[in-house]
Amino acid sequence: MSVLHSDSYDLVVVGAGPAGIAAAAAAAAAGASTLLLDENAGPGGQVWRGLTTTPLTNREMLGKDYWDGEAELGKLRASGAEVIHRATVWSIDPSLQVGVSHGGSSRIVQARKIVVATGAMERPFPIPGWTLPGVMTAGAAQTMLKSSGLVPSEPTVIAGQGPLFWLLAGQILRMGGRIDVMLDTTPKGQLAAALPKAFGFLTTPYFRKGLKMLAEVRSKVRIVKHVTRIEAHGEGQLDRVTWETAGGKRGEMASRLLLLHQGVVPNVNLAMSVGAAHDWDKQQLCWRPRLDEDGQSTVPGLYIAGDGAGIGGVGVALARGRVAAHAALTAMGRKAPASGLSAARAELAKANRGREFLDLLYKPAEQFRIPEGDTIVCRCEEVRARDILSAVEIGASGPNQLKAYLRTGMGPCQGRLCGLTVTELMAKARGTTPEQIGYYRLRAPVKPLMLSELADLPQEPAAVKAVVR
Amino acid sequence: MTPMFSHIPADQRPTLEIFVDGQSVQARRGDTVAAALLASGLDVRRDSAVSGVPRLPYCMMGVCFECLVTINGVGNRQGCLIPVEPGMQVEIQRGKRELGK
Repeated sequence: MSVLHSDSYDLVVVGAGPAGIAAAAAAAAAGASTLLLDENAGPGGQVWRGLTTTPLTNREMLGKDYWDGEAELGKLRASGAEVIHRATVWSIDPSLQVGVSHGGSSRIVQARKIVVATGAMERPFPIPGWTLPGVMTAGAAQTMLKSSGLVPSEPTVIAGQGPLFWLLAGQILRMGGRIDVMLDTTPKGQLAAALPKAFGFLTTPYFRKGLKMLAEVRSKVRIVKHVTRIEAHGEGQLDRVTWETAGGKRGEMASRLLLLHQGVVPNVNLAMSVGAAHDWDKQQLCWRPRLDEDGQSTVPGLYIAGDGAGIGGVGVALARGRVAAHAALTAMGRKAPASGLSAARAELAKANRGREFLDLLYKPAEQFRIPEGDTIVCRCEEVRARDILSAVEIGASGPNQLKAYLRTGMGPCQGRLCGLTVTELMAKARGTTPEQIGYYRLRAPVKPLMLSELADLPQEPAAVKAVVR
Repeated sequence: MTPMFSHIPADQRPTLEIFVDGQSVQARRGDTVAAALLASGLDVRRDSAVSGVPRLPYCMMGVCFECLVTINGVGNRQGCLIPVEPGMQVEIQRGKRELGK
């Protein structure tokens, strides 16, 4: 891999979403040698996906929040940070060596500090039939819309809850795409439960935008509220979605596409594989890294910013990226502008307003997180909920032992799509907490890698001596 | 088969030719392999490695690995992360990956 200018950097940032862009720009602008590595073909992460290449050049289509990304990207480009796309980070060790694959070969890069900004992924949504072709995440549809101008054109059902559920529907409709019905899974009474926390949210720009978005979608699409059960049906291909509401009403719809969404959770694989401690977040129902106020994890020198540090959205991600970069600069003894860290901390405090309201309002219901019976939990190894319950009955104590019984989490996705479900399912079955049950032990490589890439890595004489006699 | 997704009229990007199991497909420049396959109208379902049931991409952002595909002879590539290139040879994976691919 010859594209890298150096074997060592002051700061290596992983992920070019808002947090990674902000962190790399701040560090490089302050004079630190900075490398930003990103797995995708262009910058933006998920929220600004396709920012430099989207075919949706009419700015009304994706709106101001999307195009705001250009200003941040401009700062990155002016900063002098080295940015490499289609570069997959497959390993970070506690000495802050980064294993990265690009164009079919790998290199090890030494960092003085690292910011992991690998963002969020959609929470698993294990319902009966969710592995059928034609069942996708709402985020998948949004990715296709932003980067390829592709919208649903066949009978389509959107199911779930959360800000993205409404945002995606609005975008699809504005671009002439098709939505036949929306199944809102927000449990009955949850709005009332969230209201005491609404004050912070009312003062954010998201409040008015959110109301406008809801009104737009509601005027155009049939919405079924308080949905408590959803099933996808079909032989080798989705052809029908059925549902049931809290009031006991049943419904069904012939459809080719079912888009699922019940919020996003931190994508923890890389940070956990380095050994950064994570705690169970009872409010957001997911793992979140244990961080100090500037985003440093329990691994010295390893900072985590953006939604990978706990879900907060784009404004929080930008602020966390800047906080982490300034803190890393200060820790390296670089003369960063003294105001940098305090300004970034103030930005972060402001951006955090209103989150608690959204977390409470859109807390996903247990039946959509903890499946039963024949519902597949581990998509890769095709393990069902009842298999896991049987394994618990004969003694499987946690996710790592479960691997030996059933291979859950051992397929190509490395537990990303089943990990949370397995933890919560086992916790419930054993009558304990997710914290007690724990998570898969994650190890490098956290992305698939060709053996030839490992074999071709430059080797230290000491390492060769250790194994060659 | 009619694809589940269609390009909006405003999308005027130039096309390029890729091959899917030998069949010519016009993809748009900038699309990922997974997006091009979903927009192609071909039956691009792969067979799962464990029980051989059909699957299509699920997340389109690199986490679910449902879009695994053979590209220019290299198996198990994440189709949702790789942009199409002219002349690219894409093979839909049937069951377990073969040795040497």
